[in-house]
Amino acid sequence: MNQYSQSAVPRTAYQKIWESHAVSGDPRSRALIYIDLHLVHEVTSPQAFAGLRSEHRSVRRPDLTLAVMDHTVPTWERSRPTPDLVAAEQLRQLADNCRAAAVPLLDLHHQRQGIVHVIGPELGLIQPGMTVVCGDSHTSTLGAFGALAFGIGTSEVEQVLASQCLWQAPVPTLEIRVEGELPLGVTAKDMALAIIGRVGVAGAQGTVVEYTGSAIRSLSMEGRLTVCNLTIEAGARAGLISPDETTVEYLRGRAGSRSGRDFDRAAQAWLDFATEDGARFDRTVVLQAAELVPHVTWGTNPGMVAAVTGHVPRVRDFASEAEREQAARALDYMGLQEGTAIEEIFIDRVFIGSCTNGRLEDLRAAAAIAAGGRVNPRVRAMVVPGSQAVKRAAEAEGLNRIFTAAGFEWREPGCSMCLGMNPDVLAPGERCASTSNRNFEGRQGAGGRTHLVSPPMAAAAALHGHFVDVRTLQPAPLAGGAEAAT
Amino acid sequence: MNAFTIHQGLCATLSRDDVDTDQIIPKQFLKRTDRNDYGDACFFAWRYDENGQPRPDFELNEPIYRGATILIAGRNFGCGSSREHAVWALAGMGFAVVIAPSFADIFTANSLQNGLLPVRLESVSVSRLRERAARGGYHITVDLQRQEVRDDDGLVATFAVDPFGRDCLLSGRDPIAMALSESDAIGAFESRRPDWLPHTDGPGIV
Repeated sequence: MNQYSQSAVPRTAYQKIWESHAVSGDPRSRALIYIDLHLVHEVTSPQAFAGLRSEHRSVRRPDLTLAVMDHTVPTWERSRPTPDLVAAEQLRQLADNCRAAAVPLLDLHHQRQGIVHVIGPELGLIQPGMTVVCGDSHTSTLGAFGALAFGIGTSEVEQVLASQCLWQAPVPTLEIRVEGELPLGVTAKDMALAIIGRVGVAGAQGTVVEYTGSAIRSLSMEGRLTVCNLTIEAGARAGLISPDETTVEYLRGRAGSRSGRDFDRAAQAWLDFATEDGARFDRTVVLQAAELVPHVTWGTNPGMVAAVTGHVPRVRDFASEAEREQAARALDYMGLQEGTAIEEIFIDRVFIGSCTNGRLEDLRAAAAIAAGGRVNPRVRAMVVPGSQAVKRAAEAEGLNRIFTAAGFEWREPGCSMCLGMNPDVLAPGERCASTSNRNFEGRQGAGGRTHLVSPPMAAAAALHGHFVDVRTLQPAPLAGGAEAAT
Repeated sequence: MNAFTIHQGLCATLSRDDVDTDQIIPKQFLKRTDRNDYGDACFFAWRYDENGQPRPDFELNEPIYRGATILIAGRNFGCGSSREHAVWALAGMGFAVVIAPSFADIFTANSLQNGLLPVRLESVSVSRLRERAARGGYHITVDLQRQEVRDDDGLVATFAVDPFGRDCLLSGRDPIAMALSESDAIGAFESRRPDWLPHTDGPGIV
């Protein structure tokens, strides 16, 4: 029995993690919270390391810190130095900072390099009950393990480097319950887009989300990572899923996990962090999985979603003046006419990858649609694995050959065209079906137009040159088991 | 940390909801490694045309807002990416206060860390301020001590702010120094951490 199971009031996983990490202060208002793992990348860390130097401070726990190069790295040619000298200098500074502070670094040529939110799970470094931060908003991804994981700014990165702690206040909880079974062709991505469409891009602001319900329980760890990844797009800093057997089995045998009897002991401790029956959430939203369909965003934030069988909305149908103005601006930026059928939107580019959908399961789902087909001659399509481990596993299954035979580019891992900090960008006016997480103006390149979709929907759009309902297609059976990338 | 107690300044409006940090500071400016000189890049794509000339149809380019230090913004300001560069850019453009019906969580935290005060007011109050600001030459006082926004015509609106952030701003205290002053408690906590927790210098990681 641990301290929680003795508690009279049933608790949520969030409450247990919060209370077990308060170092000092008042856990009911403002406490200093211990951080179990700090992930670092090149874009949001240089000013933090510089701040430490100027104050003559050091990194308290390099052994609880891991750095990786992902945001600006080229995904094509890596044998020569990147021609982007500003990006190269930023990468060099990360390497120097890590060397000086003895922080482990997965650099450009490391066999474990990949997107920061993809490599943490692969290495088994994210475990239930942990607190995890990173100078990146999509750190919410890692809540899939029943950890409290959230994005922070550079000043807070500096704070964690120096003290391994953060000043935090407890926040209300929002339960998002998805019951039932997802229909064929409808993915975790569609579930997440439906949730954002329902809750709104600010709807979960100021809360920690916990995803519950049978449809969430049925998701693999990779699907859970996709759902938690998009929590930030509904405004919540963190989203988590209570740990269960799926979580434990994913962690078995990973580098960061203990082995033998120590593993069983850890697994019991992990499961003790699960939300207890009868625990109360401050608010609850319920969705039925059976009603979900493949989604496509039509606008300039992830809440502007439509069913693939639906239409671009009419401005006059929005309730308030502010919403009508916002919709009109979005349609103008996106170059779309009101009332256009989603399936009649033609695309120029396809991007399959990112911390949202760059894992093995995502690539399998896309490959099953791409197999035997041919990318439409008007479309340029690229597949960017989330990590070197994903890339190796996909190649071992022959997914790369399926993609390249169909005319997709098969590239090196990184954030790539999710945010276009490397050469992978849209040209002004280009329209992209993207498995990433943000369709903000200019996100994938100045003037570029992004439609967020699931991996199979992106693959189908690549073949047809426009959006098609993936439920009407017959995915090819692929070889390979259900094991995640290791 | 920069202290903040009271600020008087000219208001400018940006009348749209859900302004994300990609708009406040586009990604091409995130490759630099310092904290300064992001002001010219703030709202880059909205502010300048393809030739680098100011777009006349962008609100903040209107001459009546020249020299503004208080931004009246829409709901969910600063959503999206955690990039603190967004706060550095707003401060670099001259802003000391942003007033909105709501702010994204990470943006709020980043603002407080940099002495840019996020003032959350009810939509009605924000609309009233916006109407007055749009006429030009509208100056207000933002008083953090009293948690109050005031103008010369008798408008008074009180706002809530995170008490810890408020204390840090009023005193100019450094949250990192405050954390480090708890090093005994941190050390004691570390000695109690379960042994199954992972380490990044363990076998098979790097």
